[in-house]
Amino acid sequence: MAASENKIIKKGGQDKAKSKTETWAKLRSYFELRFQWQPIVDFAKKKTVPEHPYSFWTYFGGICLFLFIIQVITGLLLLLYYVPAVDKAHESIVAIMGQVRFGWLIRSVHSWSANILIGAIFIHMFSTFLLKAYRPPREITWISGFFLLLIFLAFGFSGYLLPWNELSFFATRVGTDIIGQIPIIGQSLKFFVLGGPEVSGSTLSRFYWFHIAILPLLTLFFLGVHLYLIQVQGISRPIGIKPERTEEVPFFPDFILRDAAIWFTVLAIIGVLCVFFPWEVGEKADPFAPTPIGIRPEWYFTFMFTTLKLVPAHILSLEGEKLALLVFALGGLLWMLVPFWDKRAQRDEKNPLTTAVGVVVLVYIFSLTLITYLFPRL
Amino acid sequence: MKKQNWLLFAFGLFIVWGLGLAADKKNTCLECHLQLEDKLALPARSFPQDIHANYGLLCSDCHGGNAEKEDIEEAKDKTFRGTPSRQNIPKLCASCHSNATYMRNFNPRLRVDQLELYLTSKHGQAFEKGDLKPAICTDCHGVHGIQAANMPQSKTFAWNIAQTCGRCHSDTSLMKSYNLPANQEEDYRTSVHAQALYEKKDLSAPTCNDCHGNHGASPPEVTSVANVCRQCHPSPSQLFVRSAHKAVFDEAGISECEACHGHHRIVKPTDEMLPGGKLDTCVQCHEANSKAFQQGAPLRQELQRLATELESLDSRLDAVAKKGVEVSEARFQLQEARTPFFEARNLVHGLSFSEMESRLKDSSDRLSRVRAMAEAAEKESQFRKTGLIIATAFLFLLALGILLKARQLRQRRLKTYL
Repeated sequence: MAASENKIIKKGGQDKAKSKTETWAKLRSYFELRFQWQPIVDFAKKKTVPEHPYSFWTYFGGICLFLFIIQVITGLLLLLYYVPAVDKAHESIVAIMGQVRFGWLIRSVHSWSANILIGAIFIHMFSTFLLKAYRPPREITWISGFFLLLIFLAFGFSGYLLPWNELSFFATRVGTDIIGQIPIIGQSLKFFVLGGPEVSGSTLSRFYWFHIAILPLLTLFFLGVHLYLIQVQGISRPIGIKPERTEEVPFFPDFILRDAAIWFTVLAIIGVLCVFFPWEVGEKADPFAPTPIGIRPEWYFTFMFTTLKLVPAHILSLEGEKLALLVFALGGLLWMLVPFWDKRAQRDEKNPLTTAVGVVVLVYIFSLTLITYLFPRL
Repeated sequence: MKKQNWLLFAFGLFIVWGLGLAADKKNTCLECHLQLEDKLALPARSFPQDIHANYGLLCSDCHGGNAEKEDIEEAKDKTFRGTPSRQNIPKLCASCHSNATYMRNFNPRLRVDQLELYLTSKHGQAFEKGDLKPAICTDCHGVHGIQAANMPQSKTFAWNIAQTCGRCHSDTSLMKSYNLPANQEEDYRTSVHAQALYEKKDLSAPTCNDCHGNHGASPPEVTSVANVCRQCHPSPSQLFVRSAHKAVFDEAGISECEACHGHHRIVKPTDEMLPGGKLDTCVQCHEANSKAFQQGAPLRQELQRLATELESLDSRLDAVAKKGVEVSEARFQLQEARTPFFEARNLVHGLSFSEMESRLKDSSDRLSRVRAMAEAAEKESQFRKTGLIIATAFLFLLALGILLKARQLRQRRLKTYL
């Protein structure tokens, strides 16, 4: 009697599992018929990532993507309460920090994550440069990444002004004065960026427009290209690392799981920073007040800012500042075009020259940034 | 061109030519004196920085003679006066400074009644009687390096005045001959006024001349002390005038503000000066068990309680703000609570007890609201920390779990592969 009862229960369980599998199969075929994504699923199943001694650096791309997603989510939430007007911008940030439930957390996460994102982009870029991951066929991946760097710097610059506080107001004034120094187009460009001759309400509207509409659209395009190319071409194997020394790890689920573990760790770190060092609101900007002493832009612009401060007024009858800006522009262009001039990397050969260039640029940026903070009254 | 315009043009040219000549005026006195020994060279060294030199005046304008002549005999002509005697200095200075028409050429805003005022001062009165020791123009303004009073190097610039007056008034033997104390400068330097002037660099803070006058310097009479204080402290003065104290003080010949706050060594007033406090000033006139005392003591206690609470809430809000909680609204409310508190303190001067009570109650009610806000902010700060611990632990555990899962999957795959 008992044995037959057991049989019935077992059979019942099997039937249940069978019907579950059938429902799942039906659902899959329903969506497959409409979306036809089997090739993508097959691709994902086959996709692997090489594992080698430098694999650690490959996770920074994922960190950047994760932080960007955080920026989108927190940015959208901030839009619920932020008002982009001279007489309301600062007040709305104060309200977000004080009155809106968890507003302090959302705003602090947005600000902290923005800064960490720029840092992560720099690390990602330099590791890519030093591991020569830009070599063919990944030239366009590198160039799209370079444009993403510029876009995120613009995100930082435009977002900094939005709270309309004293520091951001005067830093924007200093920053846009630098734009005005660009030969030929400088003044017109400055006028366009500011929406007038000075930092004003028009500048705030304009920066807001850049920050929430134009830059996100540009990001979607360049990030789309960047991610598509990475998926199609896979992650690069550094020069000198032989295929037999690397292990191919499945992208799904191994690499994605490790990525997720790192993302949650980064999120925890951001949480700690937000609770112990919430982003300050600062004093409301007063356009008629004198420029405070020691005003400087956000940390990622300070190496350029300090260079312009240190450069002599005239170099060989040329204006020092203009010359420095020209050098930065040319340097940036050369940096972007590295996949085309690094001929040895194109042949999968080591090139100490580009490594040296990367190290020099890295040391330069690091030391100038350090000087800015060690000698604020320079 | 009309004839009139020609005339105007010619006149303009004449003025320009005249100014040119004036600019090129020779000053042979300086040329020689700069080559002489120290004592005789000193005036020539400091004169170029003197305000008179800056306006184009020459040595001869005070000393006589002809500064344009190279020859010493010609330079020291019959108009030469040499060093003016101390007795003649006020009149010599006044010969220009009391001449409104002349002074208008240089500074139309400058007063021209300095000598007149000086003669009403204690210094001037004694000087007129033939005593040559009291201060004259040069004692306060200097001789050859005179600067405008608004120049920080000037002896009459706000934060140099106490030192300038102190040169004589801190000289014990000199003051003894006039039966005057010599501790005024020392007392002043410990006062709240000196603190504002020297530490906060507040040039509007009073120094000697603001209470005693400049050229007409005299100690204010008992009845006029309050008027002097009123120039900067109008509100307590008005309250005092309306109070019951006014008539009693006048009758007893007691100077108003000075009776409680003192003079020269005026320290920052505290609630301890009120009935029953450590620095109780009321006991100078009132018995400790009098009705007035009984009325005032609880108000002092309430003032002190609120002062402590204001301070404590201020630091509590500071501490919680440092932890990142937004407290600007609480700060605003705290400021709002301060206003009736300070009003109540000020009302002490009018002995308006009922008004004081109402202000203190207002302040106390507002402080209760701030206290509630501070408590809520502290709770919020604690909530954030607890939330952070839970969230961080959850995220780290999640990350660890994912890593373990990844490892498990890998090992399973390797096993299958082998």
